[in-house]
Formats: sequence, structure tokens, C-alpha cells
Amino acid sequence: MTKQVKQLDRVIIRFAGDSGDGMQLTGDRFTQESASFGNDLSTLPNFPAEIRAPQGTMHGVSSFQVHFADHDILTPGDAPDVLVAMNPAALRANLGDLRRGATIIVDSHDFTARNLTKAGYEHNPLETDELDGFDVVPVDLTGMTVGAVKEFGLSRKDASRAKNMFSLGLLSWMYGRPTEATLDFLERRFATVPAIRDANVTAFRAGWNYGETTEAFVVQYEVKPAPMPAGSYRNITGNLALSYGLIAGSAQSGLPLFLGSYPITPASDILHELSRHKAFGVTTFQAEDEIAGVGAALGAAFGGALGVTTTSGPGIALKAETIGLGVMMELPLLVVDVQRGGPSTGLPTKTEQADLLQAMFGRNGESPLPIVAPRSPADCFDAAIEAVRIAVTYRTPVMLLSDGYLANGSEPWSIPDVEDLPVIDPGFATEPNHVGKNGTPDFWPYLRDEETLARPWAVPGTAGLEHRIGGLEKGDGHGNISYDPTNHDLMVRTRAAKVARIAESLPPTEVDDPRDESGRGARVLALGWGSTYGPIGAAVRAVRLAGGRVAQAHLRHLSPFPADLGDVLRRYDRVLVPEMNLGQLSLLLRAEYLVDVIGYNHVRGLPLRAFELAEALTDLIATTEEADR
Amino acid sequence: MSTTTGADLPFPALGDSAGLAGMPATDVAQNRKDFTSDQEVRWCPGCGDYAVLAAVQGFLPDLGLRRENIVFVSGIGCSSRFPYYLDTYGMHSIHGRAPAIATGLATTRSDLSVWVVTGDGDALSIGGNHLIHALRRNVNMTILLFNNRIYGLTKGQYSPTSEPGKVTKSTPMGSVDTPFNPVSLALGAEATFVARTVDSDRKHLTSVLSAAAAHRGTALVEIFQNCPIFNDGAFEAVTSNDTKTDAIIPLQHGEPITFGPRDAESGLGPRGVVRDPSGRVRVVDVADVGVQEILVHDAHAEDPTTAFALSRLTDAGHLRRAPIGIFRQVERATYDDQARDQIATAQGESGAGPEAKRQSLAGLLHSGDTWTVV
Repeated sequence: MTKQVKQLDRVIIRFAGDSGDGMQLTGDRFTQESASFGNDLSTLPNFPAEIRAPQGTMHGVSSFQVHFADHDILTPGDAPDVLVAMNPAALRANLGDLRRGATIIVDSHDFTARNLTKAGYEHNPLETDELDGFDVVPVDLTGMTVGAVKEFGLSRKDASRAKNMFSLGLLSWMYGRPTEATLDFLERRFATVPAIRDANVTAFRAGWNYGETTEAFVVQYEVKPAPMPAGSYRNITGNLALSYGLIAGSAQSGLPLFLGSYPITPASDILHELSRHKAFGVTTFQAEDEIAGVGAALGAAFGGALGVTTTSGPGIALKAETIGLGVMMELPLLVVDVQRGGPSTGLPTKTEQADLLQAMFGRNGESPLPIVAPRSPADCFDAAIEAVRIAVTYRTPVMLLSDGYLANGSEPWSIPDVEDLPVIDPGFATEPNHVGKNGTPDFWPYLRDEETLARPWAVPGTAGLEHRIGGLEKGDGHGNISYDPTNHDLMVRTRAAKVARIAESLPPTEVDDPRDESGRGARVLALGWGSTYGPIGAAVRAVRLAGGRVAQAHLRHLSPFPADLGDVLRRYDRVLVPEMNLGQLSLLLRAEYLVDVIGYNHVRGLPLRAFELAEALTDLIATTEEADR
Repeated sequence: MSTTTGADLPFPALGDSAGLAGMPATDVAQNRKDFTSDQEVRWCPGCGDYAVLAAVQGFLPDLGLRRENIVFVSGIGCSSRFPYYLDTYGMHSIHGRAPAIATGLATTRSDLSVWVVTGDGDALSIGGNHLIHALRRNVNMTILLFNNRIYGLTKGQYSPTSEPGKVTKSTPMGSVDTPFNPVSLALGAEATFVARTVDSDRKHLTSVLSAAAAHRGTALVEIFQNCPIFNDGAFEAVTSNDTKTDAIIPLQHGEPITFGPRDAESGLGPRGVVRDPSGRVRVVDVADVGVQEILVHDAHAEDPTTAFALSRLTDAGHLRRAPIGIFRQVERATYDDQARDQIATAQGESGAGPEAKRQSLAGLLHSGDTWTVV
């Protein structure tokens, strides 16, 4: 039959099912298809901490949301336009997030009395008025999949497992996605199990063909490619981009990369990824615990490697003492915190930004260190290189604050030219830098560079520069143990001054504040950091589209702040600081600049909702501008 | 080798120097002064640490390594001040973590001779986890465990090796903790080299350290070390000339394990160690069982069972008797060698030059599904 083709500028689809239903894979493949088609996109995987919760229950629901568009977009979207629900629990868990009028495709086969009960439904919602207002399409995904793959002689269970590929085929048809890459992927993935491979390929094709022939779907949609600057692109998650950034940082500094790490959600993928790249001289050490992970990284740094440790919030708590040792010994060390919901074990698979103050202050004594935060999945690449630059140049531990959303979310990445990456000079000490009492040259490990205040990095194996460092207070210059009160005061201030001086190497804060026709700028500034960049940007666009005036700035450096930040804050009547915590950046800004910033805070384990934030901005703009009248 | 006094411990045979392979040697003659830093040593008068420091400073030149390729890493505690007094590279780190730090260093730098200096509290209490994992991984490093059976730097609390019932500031009615036997613990943790020596016996200490340095993999040396302030005399049985002949059970590979005043002719002591049918070992009068029944020490035995049984001859309570020497000395692939081999294999022949590296980096960034916008 001939189908109607409808143009859309953007679509948000959420695939939802049991943890074992392969929803992450389905979403990921749909994303790759959309990326290669040329849409801009943003994704949000959302899965339970349990690996396989009891089948069919709300606890076991795993979902993958993909937002794709014919224009530049910033978030995975607030409310899905399409929900694919593989069972009643997946429907019930996600229904509340859908926009009114959204399309719901359900696997009607799984809406059995038993599954409905497990999901907490007393009546089958497909037979009541509960879903009125939605466009509900019940499809026997399981039945049709099993029928399509009959010839391969799989058990019914194995056959029905290909239903995710049936649904992917159906959705791929519906949005006109290119399919070659997915077919190639299935060939590769199941190369060793031909029956499974053939079943998945067949189910995928059957899903596509079903869309084309059934009368259940009369419309096919088209979302045109988004205009993007010329270049090579790939879709990339934050954890992958961060891993590549570390490898690039190693290559650009000439320092061999050593990762000491203990598996923890949502950071483990960085360990997995780096373990695959030994060809780049990368050593990955899966330590006995978090403390050993950072300890080994610090030991490697003493030996002249690029020492890195990766973890999430609970791991940072354990590593704190060793990071403090790194602050005292003034060695380069990269500490990656992929933040998750806390406190304690908290929400291991969900996102949050509540480790900022832990990164800032979570050590004994005056223990300042630089903090860098990426703002989007692809930006994790640049942020990692920047963190390496600071660590190596200033001989200091650096905290790189990613989060669960950045880690697993993805977006198209304009692949940089390797020639354009910054070069980082480790500048190892090779010569004595001091003349001893008897006139012989000697080496003082704490004589500082006048510009950066960094101390020399002399690695074992360098003759004549033998020295001892450690956690006890150092005498200024010579670095021997010193309990002298004046010296301690000086050293505490010097370590703080060294970190503060990093600000001199930072670019001025970029403020997006378009003037209107009369040349007026905004009165309200939205200031964020980390992964809230997308939702804040989307909210700011919505406000402007509705005629509101609002400025946006986003911090990459949380410690030290850019030198001009105080001036920027004071240029605006009101500053709204949206964060996925209870106001940690707000607290720092208030303390540092005595500016009465206003917090906008949610800790739901999910990215901020752009439309809610837009409302808050609109209200704030209204009250600010009203005050003039 | 054996003397009629029986007081001198036998020297362990020095194996090949696999432990030092890959480390640059020096042909310049070195002496103790080259390894002595300009820092004033600040242990209490009479501390056993002085003797160990002197032995190490005296023995390091004999390794023939370049000074700049030697690194001492310590934790926290009295003994952990050690690195400050040696003019090598050194790190006085944090409590219990030295083995972890040394693991990162040794894994990335095959050209360094890495030493860990630790104490009974540092290694067995706060750092117990790192110690056992270093031992099982068999990272190429030498761990000197100064065991004084007390917390010195915090002024006299009981330690994980203190005898049950120990009365200290934190245990006024006596400790109710069961102590670790560091040798048993190390053997249980799959250690490939485990030895015990005594601070006051410079010659034996030096010989054990030499063997430990020559070992490729993690070598653990427990050093009985006297704390004259908080636990004076804890090891008196094995250090006093009046008692040590009967208190020390000397272990030497390939020799029957006997002790007590030695017979000038046979070189054997009147007491010896035999194996029970149960698998444990016990002390007997040699005359009662005959020399042929006495257990011959095999430090190279693949199975650590007998070494463990021997370690159990150490008193858990007040020390009256202890085996001293090398319990176990076996070869096993090291973690760091294997980790470096994997990298070398992955790197293959190519990829060394900067241009090749840039190209492989560009290749990595462009891997996966890419598309081009023109």
C-alpha cells in the first residue's frame, strides 16, 4: 500500500522493556542509524542497578531514549513522542513521561494476566480508557518475530529474544532510517552463532516489512538531516570520548598512560575501553580497591607516567587521602569522577552533580586542586585533554567531573584533526637547580617556576636529582621535612596560590547574550556547569523564542574559576544557577563573589527538564523586569 | 659454614639476579656514603631501625645498580621514615598504601629497583589489603616488614602482631585480638619469596636482603625489630647470646632443619623438625628419631604447605622460638613483566615514532561508524 509521508523537525523515541530485552542495544542501533543519516541527536539510556531484576516487574524496566532532529539540539528531550513498550511494566513505568497524544507501540503478546499483575495493573490498560489521549498501537511483536524466524530451529525463548530487532526494523521503517550498518553489525556481532545471527537479521527485516505492509501504520515520517559544519563525524558517548581524551592527552604530552582503577558504575566503561588500547602504550591496572587504584596511579606519576584513576563518588571518598598526598607531593594526577546519585551507594545508574563540594573540599587540611567539568558527551574529549594540560603543567592532582548522563548519553562528535590538538610539555627536570653549601650543584625539588609556581618533576633514573618526597610538610625550596610554623603558613598559601594561578591560563568566560534591536542585553543570566549545559541551553532557546531576554554562560573550570567570573556575575541583576544538586555551585559563587545567586535544583537522578527550567527562567525574568516599573 | 657456637645463622644461597634484570648497572665503585642522605636520623636511641638502615646502606652498593635507579617507598610509622635517610629516590607516602604505590611505579618502570619499607601496623593492619594483593600479583619489588609487635609512632598501642593478652594504653586489661603471623599470612597470599631475619644480626640480614633483591617478583622479608621504648625485649629470645641458639630454628635450603648447640663434626643441632603424618611439623630430639627422619628444608618447593607448617613453629604469644631464614623462594611470572609484555605485543614492531603515533591516534578517533558532512 502507498503510505503517506509526513515531515517532522524532530522526534523523541523511547524504547522500554525488561533488562534482558535488549533495549540498550536497540536504542543504540537506532541512534547509529540516525547519526549516519545525518540528524543531530542526543540520547539518554536509563537502566536499573540490578543486572536482571525479576522479569516483567517495574524494577526490571530498562529504557533508551533518543532525540533526533533536522536541526541542532541540546538534550535527549523532556517528553517522548513515541514509546515502544515491550511489556506492561515498561508501559506503566514510562507512561507518565509521555506528551499527550504520543504514540505508544506495545507488544500485545506480553500483556498477559500474569504480566499485568506483575506490573501492578488490575485491568488491561489496552482495554480500558486509561490510554485515551494517546495513539496506541498494539502489535504482536513476539508472535510475529517467532513466526518470522521459525525456519532457524531456535527454541521459542531464543526466537522471541529477537523481538527487539523486529521493533527496531519497524521503527527504522517508520522513520526511514538507513539499515545497512545495523545489518552489518548483526553479521559481526553474531558471526559465531549463525542461527542467532540469521534470526536477528530476519526479525529486523520482518519488522521493516511489517511497517511497509500493515494498515496499522499509515504514515511514514521523515526527519531530514541537520545542517552541520563540514567534517567527519561519529556518534560518541561521554565515557568513550573521555577515554579517547585520555589517550590523546598521553600522546600529546608524550607521557605513557597508566590507569589505576577499581570497577564502579558508571565509570567502569573507561577502564574497559582503555584496556583495549595497549597499542598506545596504555597500562590498565584493575586494583584491589579504590585506594590502590589511585595509589598505583600516583606511584606511576612519580615514575614519570600520566597517572589516571577513574571512579564515581563513593570511590572519591576512598581516594581522598591519596589525592591529598598528591597535593602535598605536587605530582600530576588525573582523578576522574563520573558522578552518580548519592549519598552512599545512592542511585548507582542515575546521574547527579552532587560531588562538586567533595571534589573541592573532600580532603583534610587546606588541600586545593583544580576541577574541570565537561558539558556534553562529546565534550568529554576536550575536557580530558584540558585536565591533562593542567595536571602536567602545574604538577597537581586534577579532578575531572563527568556524570552518569554524560557517561552513557551520546551525541554526534565532530572528530578533531590530530594536528589541532594542544601539545603538552612535561618539562622534566634534568639538571641540578641549586648550588649547595659547599658550592656543589644539587637538586631542590620544591624550587618553583616563577610563572606557574609549579615545582620541578624529576623522575627516578635521572642521575644527580635523587630526592625524597612525601606527605609531611615540605620546607620551601629544599623540600626536606619542616615543622617550622612560618614555613607551613607559607607552603599552605603557596599551594593555594599555585592553583589560583591556573586562572591566568584560562580564556575569559563566554557569555551568550544576544542584544535586541534596541541594543539591550539580558538582565538575567543562567549559569551552569557540567552536563546541565544541554537542558539550560534548550531552556534559554525556548525563553528567547517566546520573546524573553536571557543570557547563558557555562563553566568548564570550577576551580579556579575564570578570572572574569565575578565581573560577569555582577553585570546581571539576577543569576540563576541550575544544578542537579541542592546548590553546590551556588554556595561556591556566593562565598567567592558575595553575589546573591538563585539556585534551581533537582536531584531526580535524571537530566533537568528544559521546559520546567524555561518556566523558571521566564518567571525570574518577569519579576526582575517588573521590579523596574 | 656452621660453627660450633651455633649462634651464626647460615647464609642463604644467592640465586641468579633475575630481580635486577633490566636495571642499569654502574661500573663506578660505590660505598655506604653514596647512599647516605644529608638528613639527620631521628629514631629513638637503641631503636632496631638503626641497625637495619646501616645494613641497607652497607649492602646497596653491592647491588651494583645506579643510585638513581633505586626507589624506596614507605608508608607511615617509625620505620617508614627510612627513605629520608637514603640518597636514592624515595617516597614517604601514607599509611598502609606503599605496596599499591610501588605497584604503579614498578609496573611502569622496569628499570627501577623498587623497595617498600613498612611496619607491622602499616603492612598488616591499615594496609593489609594492599600487602596481600601485591604478594599474589608478584610485582617485582622487595618489601621490608619491620615487625616490632607494637605501635611506636602513636606511642604504644598493641599491633596486629602483638601477643594475645598484651597490656598497652589501648588494652589496659590485655588485648583480646589474635595476632597475624606475617610469614603465614604471606604464604597464604601466594607469595613467591618469604623470609624472616633479625635486626641485630647484620650478616644474616644482609644475606637475606641480597637474596630478596635478586628475586624477581614480590619478596617479603619480615625483620624482627626491637622497639626499646614501647616493647623492649620482644625478641630477646632470638637476639640474646644466652638463648638464641635454642630459640632460632635456622632454615637453609637443602639442609636438615636442626637447632641448639651444633655438633662440631656433623654440624647439626640436638633438636630438629620432623613432619607429622597430619601434615604439620614438630620439634623433636634428633637422637630420638634419627637424622634421616629430620625434615630437609626445601625453599623451592612448588607447594607452600611445608613452608606454612614451618611458619607455625613461631610462637603466637611471647616469643620463645622462631624459624629464621628463607621459607619460600620460587619462580613465578610477575605481574609487571606480563603487563609490559602485553603492551609490547599490542604495539608490535611499529608505532614507535611520533608520526606513526599521530596516525594511529587519528585512526582511533575515526574508528567505528563515521560519516562526512561536506
